[in-house]
Amino acid sequence: MVEGALVAGCRFFAGYPITPASEISEILSIKLPRLDGTFIQMEDEIASLGAVIGASLAGVKSMTATSGPGFSLMQENLGFAIMAEVPCVIVNVMRGGPSTGLPTFPSQSDVMQARWGTHGDHPAIALSASTVRECYEMTVKAFNLSEKFRTPVVLLMDEVVAHMREKMVLPDEDDVEVFNRVKPTVPPEWYMPYEDTPRGVPAMANFGEGYRYHVTGLTHDVRGFPTSRPDEIGPFIARLHRKISQHFSEIQMAEFFQTEDAEITIVAYGCVARSARRAMIEARERGIKVGLLKLVTIWPFARSAVEKVLQKSRILLVPEMNMGQISREVKRVNPGVAKVFTLNKVDGTIITPEEILNRITEVA
Amino acid sequence: MTKKKQKVALPHPHDPLLRADRIPHIWCPGCGIGTIFGCVLTAIQKSGLPLDDVAMVSGIGCTGRMAGYLNLDSFHTTHGRAIPFATGLKLARPQSSVIVTSGDGDLFAIGGNHFIHAARRNVDMTIVCVNNFNYGMTGGQVAPSTPFGAKTTTTPIGNFEEPFNFCSLAAACGAVYVARWTTLHIRWITDSLLEAIQKRGFSFLEILAPCPVTFGRRNKLGKAVDLIKFLHERSVVRNQIDPKDAVLDFNKHLVVGKFIDIERPTFLDNYQLINRRELGDWPALERQVPRMEKQAKG
Repeated sequence: MVEGALVAGCRFFAGYPITPASEISEILSIKLPRLDGTFIQMEDEIASLGAVIGASLAGVKSMTATSGPGFSLMQENLGFAIMAEVPCVIVNVMRGGPSTGLPTFPSQSDVMQARWGTHGDHPAIALSASTVRECYEMTVKAFNLSEKFRTPVVLLMDEVVAHMREKMVLPDEDDVEVFNRVKPTVPPEWYMPYEDTPRGVPAMANFGEGYRYHVTGLTHDVRGFPTSRPDEIGPFIARLHRKISQHFSEIQMAEFFQTEDAEITIVAYGCVARSARRAMIEARERGIKVGLLKLVTIWPFARSAVEKVLQKSRILLVPEMNMGQISREVKRVNPGVAKVFTLNKVDGTIITPEEILNRITEVA
Repeated sequence: MTKKKQKVALPHPHDPLLRADRIPHIWCPGCGIGTIFGCVLTAIQKSGLPLDDVAMVSGIGCTGRMAGYLNLDSFHTTHGRAIPFATGLKLARPQSSVIVTSGDGDLFAIGGNHFIHAARRNVDMTIVCVNNFNYGMTGGQVAPSTPFGAKTTTTPIGNFEEPFNFCSLAAACGAVYVARWTTLHIRWITDSLLEAIQKRGFSFLEILAPCPVTFGRRNKLGKAVDLIKFLHERSVVRNQIDPKDAVLDFNKHLVVGKFIDIERPTFLDNYQLINRRELGDWPALERQVPRMEKQAKG
């Protein structure tokens, strides 16, 4: 995770201790100064994300890491980053909730919060990881997406994945694709920090480069100044959504395991996808044609991937460690051709392959 | 043929720093923020800092709108969070000078925690707190600065809470420069601001501003001019005193002056110090400021 952040170019971290995400802070506090980066432990999560946004505006790739309760506090500034279009990465190592909940137990209950947690109508990008290697890759990806689309990216992990130890070979740094924000090429007097480009993503100048522009959380015009004109507000909010929606194919990532002939497809993400894969293998040994759709991008929801498995599968099973947050989405995109079953567990323990297997035999 | 005398529009000295196309501003007639804004512009110009290196960060509220009228890198943040945003900005780009302008409610009610920790860390920034004794933008509710007994929209028969002494709080938290003026003390505000901008560390400036529309009116303090007269009559200058003794008593005195001016290593100084212990030649992070002779006399 941390290696991925550093390879992607992260040089600023601000955080606040919280189980089970403190390890990320601890390791970065050792590593960042060695790379001329800055580490600071702020007074709370609100301030942490504030500092991250400030640092990102100054041109330094920045991130923070937290868990459910801290993520709740960050919602305010998460909305600011979306509105002001400041790239940054927020890692949320999900633990049991609500409230202080289960600090040391895994959960997947912040999925909807990552989408709708902050107020207002906004787009959201959230990724997930289920292996240590994916933590690395998705962190790089999160930074790349945030820089590419000028938006905060949430990386959802759970306590199991965050504390997992696995062997992995780090790829050569030169082989890792790293994307940096597009800088303006026009002279400062022509610069429009929020202009509507065909891609929907305006070029971003860093503070101190002479462009002297205004950044605000108020609804703003193309120059960044507060506006109350309906003909400016509407197009601006529309562009915020469009810059994500017209690039769905670049953002949405999903993995298919033996879905070509599957009659039952499991839709899973995070650590549950690992159990699901095992269950899939065992079910196939018993002669049940099971496939697995592993969601890597959580938001925007991978509708096309689900539609693809719906061409074959007539039963979908969505195991999750929450009361059914992604299954809702699966049901929403299912036009009625398949039955959607859920397997929800909220007792602080992981969903085992046996449990998924049992559920498969139940619904098959 | 005699040419008619044409009026020549002379440029105002502040023009290069203003976003003139954003004017008219949103502030009410008689508001003190305009005066303070002028002082901030003068101080920035006098400081001789390269303008691309100056960033203005503001919170939410009347004073928070200041950043939008300034032709600098300006950052209008979420309510109460101006200081964390400024901290990130400063640490990521140490050569920049960061000025935070905000009101008393933003800095000390919703943002109080951020204030005390930034002062403790001694992050190099200048805080300009415009204290108008109430929440002006939202219609005049009670604030952490509202005097005991004063009427606001949420304390219609009088405020039953005791206000903060911001200067004392700042000093106790470790600010290296603390001063308080009223909008009438234009030269002193400018001089203090200049000192504060050039000071390395967390400097704090509180400016008492008249708010005739929402505060003055409800407390029968008269119109804008009466409020300024009130500030003029009541304020007494006491430099170098312990800010604990610099009380604001509307019935007696409003004590103003420059209270604290000390030296203390900044966050980045200490970050560098500790890192150099372990890592040897750690990069020089601190900005190079053209030092000017101190002009203000305390």
